[in-house]
Amino acid sequence: MSTRIPNTGRFLDKTAPATFTFNGKSLGGYAGDTLASALLANDQMLMGRSFKYHRARGAVASGAEEPNALVNMGADDRFEPNQRVTTTELFDGLTAKSQNHWPSLNFDVGVINNYVARFLPAGFYYKTFMYPRAAWKHVFEPIIRKSAGLGQAPKARDADRYEHFYYFTDVLIVGGGIAGLQSALAAGQSGAKVLLLEQTANWGGRAPVDGAQIGGKSADEWVTETLAALQALPNVTIRARTMGAGVYDHGYALGYERITDHAPEMDAPRHRLWRIRAKQIITATGAIERPLSFAGNDIPGVMLAGGVRDYLINWGVAIGERTVVVTNNDDGYRTALTLHKAGLKVPAIIDARPNADGDLPNQARERGIAVREGRGIAKVKGGKRVLGVAICLQDGDGGAREEIACDCVAMSGGWSPVVHLWSHCGGKLNWIEEHAHFAPDPKRPPLGDTGEGFVVTSGTASGAMDTPEVLKDAHLAGKAAAKSAGFTPKRSQAPKATATTEAAMAPVWVMPKNATIELKAKMWLDYQNDVKVSDVQLAAREGYESVEHTKRYTTLGMATDQGKLSNINGLAVLSDALNQAIPQTGTTTFRPPYTPISLGAIAGEARGEIFQPLRRTPLHAWHEDAGAYMEPVGQWRRPYCYPRGAESHEDAVAREVTNTRNALGLLDASTLGKIIVKGPDAGKFLDMLYTNMMSTLKPGRCRYGLMCSENGFLMDDGVVARIDEDTFLCHTTSGGAENIHGWMEEWLQTEWWDWKVYVANVTEQLAQVAVVGPNARKVLEKMGGMDVSKEALTFMGWADGTIGGFDARVYRISFSGELSYEVAVPASQGRAFWDALHAAGAEFGAMAYGTEALHIMRAEKGFIMIGDETDGTVIPQDLGLHWAISKKKTDFLGKRAQQRSFMASTERWQLVGLETVDGSVLPDGAYALAEGMNANGQRNMQGRVTSTYHSPTLERGIAMGLVLHGPDRMGEVINFGRVDGTLIPAKIVDPVFYDKSGEKQDV
Amino acid sequence: MLILECPYCGVKAEETELHAGGEAHLTRHATGSTDDELKFYLFQRKNPKGVHFERWRHVNGCGKWFHAARCTMTLEVFGTYSAQTFEPPKALLSSIKAKRPDWQAT
Repeated sequence: MSTRIPNTGRFLDKTAPATFTFNGKSLGGYAGDTLASALLANDQMLMGRSFKYHRARGAVASGAEEPNALVNMGADDRFEPNQRVTTTELFDGLTAKSQNHWPSLNFDVGVINNYVARFLPAGFYYKTFMYPRAAWKHVFEPIIRKSAGLGQAPKARDADRYEHFYYFTDVLIVGGGIAGLQSALAAGQSGAKVLLLEQTANWGGRAPVDGAQIGGKSADEWVTETLAALQALPNVTIRARTMGAGVYDHGYALGYERITDHAPEMDAPRHRLWRIRAKQIITATGAIERPLSFAGNDIPGVMLAGGVRDYLINWGVAIGERTVVVTNNDDGYRTALTLHKAGLKVPAIIDARPNADGDLPNQARERGIAVREGRGIAKVKGGKRVLGVAICLQDGDGGAREEIACDCVAMSGGWSPVVHLWSHCGGKLNWIEEHAHFAPDPKRPPLGDTGEGFVVTSGTASGAMDTPEVLKDAHLAGKAAAKSAGFTPKRSQAPKATATTEAAMAPVWVMPKNATIELKAKMWLDYQNDVKVSDVQLAAREGYESVEHTKRYTTLGMATDQGKLSNINGLAVLSDALNQAIPQTGTTTFRPPYTPISLGAIAGEARGEIFQPLRRTPLHAWHEDAGAYMEPVGQWRRPYCYPRGAESHEDAVAREVTNTRNALGLLDASTLGKIIVKGPDAGKFLDMLYTNMMSTLKPGRCRYGLMCSENGFLMDDGVVARIDEDTFLCHTTSGGAENIHGWMEEWLQTEWWDWKVYVANVTEQLAQVAVVGPNARKVLEKMGGMDVSKEALTFMGWADGTIGGFDARVYRISFSGELSYEVAVPASQGRAFWDALHAAGAEFGAMAYGTEALHIMRAEKGFIMIGDETDGTVIPQDLGLHWAISKKKTDFLGKRAQQRSFMASTERWQLVGLETVDGSVLPDGAYALAEGMNANGQRNMQGRVTSTYHSPTLERGIAMGLVLHGPDRMGEVINFGRVDGTLIPAKIVDPVFYDKSGEKQDV
Repeated sequence: MLILECPYCGVKAEETELHAGGEAHLTRHATGSTDDELKFYLFQRKNPKGVHFERWRHVNGCGKWFHAARCTMTLEVFGTYSAQTFEPPKALLSSIKAKRPDWQAT
């Protein structure tokens, strides 16, 4: 059983006990514990179930590489799934629940998958569930969704807050082990601004656990002194609990700081995302131990040898009373020696190498520990915990076993440098035969904007395996980075450390070497995704040669741990199956983040109200007070309609349309884009932008215009007013103002930069109100101040003046077909003007109307709407707008493109009006059916609905649509399909449904 | 995340401040051009693995368009320069040539 050893644990504060619950059971630990060490101290070896086979799993590691022990943490609005127990610091009141099992952790029916494992081979999703097609949706998928997956998704809104933090530094150092500390010192002493990050709460990394001696002191003493030296340097910033999550182009890096995870009572953001720009980045990220592939290597109690050592020294936890060490290298012996020193039993060290006679093996022998050379583990006995091991010859097939009782297996397959951050942005790797690992190639680093490398590795992350080498490499890395960042490093030496001698390791990828298929099917490579040696070998047999394909086919390395333990072992097995060298197989791509970071941290402050800035017109508050139902239009909110009491939206819209057509409607048109185009070449410029002629427009007049992309497609429309000889005011669509302004700037800056034109977006400077309906003139005349008579202000004219004392510019334009004035006043006076209009208009039936009434009235008049009648594939000619396309101009944007044969084709669908035979409303976007099938076996189509409404004016459904040869087929009835397969017949008619002669707007 | 120095305001701009505008130094083909010329103007873009001349706009900054010479493979930035020119500055071309002797301007 796993238990706490008294008077041990260098991280523990025994004066600060903490109580926590796991699956509802109350347990005890101490400040300084991780959730993993606290669970293990309470003999809670079983921590979860595996993803696919629901096998019993416990922690296999002690740090960020842990694949198994993920839990649901917290409750309600602080609930979070998939939290790694090895990186979760214990605090008083922590609650955790194991995941991926039903009904309970101890008894999980999903484990049935374990017994049918041979029916769930690599790629089984691709091989199974193909037919019948309907069964996937209704049978297979629901079952798989229920049984697969890790933790539960949170249901409540996250109660915590998060923030982003921008940081600029000369040198960023990731990793606070002895290498990171030494690099920080070397770089910091040059005067460079240094930021040092450590993902855990503790400094010094593995060196204190491994018993390193530096400058005649223990590693702990050296770390304390070096930290103090760094803290004394004003140019050095250090942050614990902050992981270097990713390295990106040009020295950009992300740090992930967990501020309150260990202290939820603290009033602070939970996580902080550091958005760092560094001239140089040093990765001092250490190494990760590799598991060995033997049958049953996933049973709780089988753990990485380094992890077993960590739990004992850092947290005073003995994983077992009897620990068998299995190794292919000398480092594994350190675990045996550490356990022995603590008085724990080590019945045997199983060494896969034929000879183990180095310094460390001999120390073990001297202490009376049995060293079994040339042996391997054939099988681990046990289910929910280790009961013993069967050992065999490493060179054999797993037969001729000898059993040893034990409750812990400490395995070491050698160490691989953590190369993730080096590789994120293109750093290349070399295969190092001596250690059977990939290490960064310093000659091929990630390149920055100057074309020079901007990442250097430090210490074990470089592949340096012994303390003196580590410190020397780290010191040089610190100096090199400072120099590249433009500083002069001090002449100094790395501290001297005591060297240890280790004999060569021997790569062991499968144990025993010629294991039977039964054994291979229980050798786990990827614990989290349940990928075994047999799966990778099957993939190879089925023709998967690329490591990237094998990864996706078997899901090796695709879990949330991104294969930190499995990748090297997996690709070694694949290389062996393909009969090629490991470097020839290569690695899969390392992608950020190093370990998962919270979505909250990524979002930072950008949530809720400030997720996207909301744009409010000067009349916004009035709309809200009036109970308007608002709809998003770009970043604006506009009133869709103003329902009264229990009135439905439909009824409100109908009331607003009818009132506007019969009395007086008032619309907040402030969102309409307003762009000033000014300069001697303004007319020439607008002639290029619009399809029609703008330069001939007279001051005081307005003209409707269309803008096309250079590819010929219609992109925006609006009314242009000529203010004076040099000045135009272009109205754009509400959503298009910023884009059109940008479009104008682009042409002026990059193509016609010698034209004398300035443009300015003045959309928000003005409040604009459409005063619409038969009584429109009456209310303006009542308010008084300027002549708005038919004679003085003719249709499509504009004039400056005052209305009721407000400075106003009045445009006589109409988007509804009624007598209509659009009145622009300074934004600051918008609300007062709107109130004054309502007051003066009360006797004329003034009533605000919303965007839906606006849409219906324009559709009744057959006016197009950008985004309804257009979708980026429609040209003005499709919409019958030939009258707005100049034939005189030799050039305008889109003209040449519209001359292409298929743009001029008569087969293009054309705009028509549509009236259902029964008066009902056509479904939006419905297609008109034609005879026969196309090459894909789909029904041929001959048109589609672009706008469709119930017209309160005509008391029937009206629609516009694009139909093949439409304008030539007036009166013909065609069928539109509903989603349910039934048809609606509709008659092709003129798109102008209301007041065809246009006399109502010109009174 | 790239850094490009805006030649107008001198700011070393983060990529999030910038808007990419595709290949630089295109010739606009309008009325009177052949279908082929139009096709190359509208659609056919260079996609070199190596030196590339691009348009960028400092959209969340001074608002100006500018040009950048950049290696699409290593992301090395050779320089940025005015948008109001038909070709890259001579000095920039020779510095690229010095760094990439095999490179041929096309």
